[in-house]
Amino acid sequence: MQCKLVPSICSYCGTGCGLLFEVIDGKINSTLPMKTHPVNEGKLCIKGWNLHEHINSFMRLKHPLVKTFGRFIKTDWDEALQVTADRFKEIVAKHGPDSVGMLVSAKITNEENYLAQKFARAVIGTNNVDHCARL
Amino acid sequence: MAGLAAAFGSGAMTNSIADIEDAGCIFVIGSNTTACHPLIARRIFRAKEKGAKLIVADPRNIQLSRFADVAVQHRLGSDVALLNGMMHLIIRNGWQDKDYIAQRTEDYEALEKLLQSYTPEKVKAITGVDPADLENMTELYATHPPASLLYAMGITQHTTGVDNVKSCCNVAMLCGYVGVHGGGVNPLRGQNNVQGACDMGGLPNVYTGYQPVADAEAREKFSTAWGTELPDSPGLTITDMIPAMLEGKLKGLYVIGENPKLSDPDWNHLNHALKELDFLVVQELFLSETAQVADVVLPAASVAEKDGTFTNSERRCMRIHKAIEPVGNALPDWQIIARLSTAMGYQMDYASPEEIFDEMTALTPKSYAGMTYERLGLDGLQWPCPDGQHPGTPYLHKDQFTRGKGKFHAVEYKDPAELPDKEYPYFLTTGRMFAHFHTGTMTRISPHLDVEQTTGYVTINPQDAGSLDIKEGDVLILSSRRGQMEAPAKISGSVEPGTLFLPIHFGENPTNVLTNAEAFDPLAKIPEFKVSAVNIEKLAS
Repeated sequence: MQCKLVPSICSYCGTGCGLLFEVIDGKINSTLPMKTHPVNEGKLCIKGWNLHEHINSFMRLKHPLVKTFGRFIKTDWDEALQVTADRFKEIVAKHGPDSVGMLVSAKITNEENYLAQKFARAVIGTNNVDHCARL
Repeated sequence: MAGLAAAFGSGAMTNSIADIEDAGCIFVIGSNTTACHPLIARRIFRAKEKGAKLIVADPRNIQLSRFADVAVQHRLGSDVALLNGMMHLIIRNGWQDKDYIAQRTEDYEALEKLLQSYTPEKVKAITGVDPADLENMTELYATHPPASLLYAMGITQHTTGVDNVKSCCNVAMLCGYVGVHGGGVNPLRGQNNVQGACDMGGLPNVYTGYQPVADAEAREKFSTAWGTELPDSPGLTITDMIPAMLEGKLKGLYVIGENPKLSDPDWNHLNHALKELDFLVVQELFLSETAQVADVVLPAASVAEKDGTFTNSERRCMRIHKAIEPVGNALPDWQIIARLSTAMGYQMDYASPEEIFDEMTALTPKSYAGMTYERLGLDGLQWPCPDGQHPGTPYLHKDQFTRGKGKFHAVEYKDPAELPDKEYPYFLTTGRMFAHFHTGTMTRISPHLDVEQTTGYVTINPQDAGSLDIKEGDVLILSSRRGQMEAPAKISGSVEPGTLFLPIHFGENPTNVLTNAEAFDPLAKIPEFKVSAVNIEKLAS
């Protein structure tokens, strides 16, 4: 049996509690509070204690999906990304870059938010970037 | 955040979470802290144990109210009047910090003049708060330094959201509580990386570290770093994107990790708008309500399946570490974006999130420049952290405000966009409950959280329930000018007579069928989720 504790941060509210994922044989078994963390000092709320449950859910998306004649068809990354790239390029060519909008997320990392706004600004060519802080 | 930036020059929590314990008084307004930020509520309780006073102002009788020295239930949307009333009394009693006002702030005179009319009697007429309570809470706040003011969406989700925030800043500056340990104006962020998303330029008008896209120098810097020309005019906010979709101006939308179908105001309006799009891509963990109507759905890795950083409410940038492989064929969002970009002809080759982080810090001199993965360690660092030796900043505006002087704003009270009338006689407000999170995509599939509350509900006062012959669990039809929905009744004194509360987590009882997309703060573009007028009827059995 392989067991390890991996430090992370809770992905629910904006408090940012430090936690440890208990990983046994490549699967997350539980979420534990990090005792030394300056934010939560060894405590978690009910959501934090159960953070791993949504990660392990059978409802997680496992494949890219492309809608064809109103139905989702499972596909691979190359095809899904090519379809997306082609459609965006077509829209930009026809209606200009400001006809595309991007909603980035308060749930993804800083690095991913940085890349997402870079994608909108440098690749699409629009400042139509926002996220749900307003909501 | 627009209100905070206008007053102080920085749109973030001024102080640290641990700081709250050292406050002399804690003033919580528009935050159901024990339910929404339990580990911040813990600091409030610890402060109380050390002798701090606690004031709670909320239209509902929340759990925290029971522990307060003074708790008031002010009428929905009357925050500006309540805060102006407090400031009126502070000045009348001479409790303001005159040296601080003179040395560190500007535009005080206009505020002082405006406050003259906010007598306790006038404030009672608007807010329903008894003058004796107003006097008690004001005295506690002004005479137990330093006082820490905490607020959340109960302040911002109004047509007057920016005004509300400015008023919070006014009252804190009036007493000299900004720029000191244990004090400050502290917005509690609802989502784990809202602060980071803003810091990273996930906004229509700024790049990372709030560098304006309209500023030629900033644009030139990013343009050089990214090797391409960049657009110079600010883009559309989410609130502006919806009408743009309806008018056919916005044709394509790329949504990452968001569920606007459930979180945006006025569901019917948005549903209609999404149908007008030529192309919708959603990148998500689950087939959310929004993903279901997408043309392409991209499966993203979860928090445990990637490396990276998050920045919490107190500006602390912290590392997350990859614990397991992504499920199925899911990929981390950074890899998806980089591959899509490459497919569109703009090469993005990053070996790791650390490379992206280093690119970002090099472009963000004032706040993130001094951070590296190694320096972040387990505890993280609080921005501003401008260089490699800087220890991070536990509280802002120490000797000087970010904008130089703190700016007072004379803010008049304005009514919410919609008030109850004959046709729609009830106030409706919305919010979260302790076991669930936002649109419920993560918590409702979590067995131990789902079991706490499996369905939506509407909270109604026993008096209203009695007069309409409603029993616990009876299904009610709620209607507003936008639409109607059903939810079972939960009878509780936590809401005042004439007010209803709906939690936002439940897709089958979509709260935002009722709320108002037309009513939003003109500057911050935050919709008024917290106040709408509705009617209720019992579903005939």
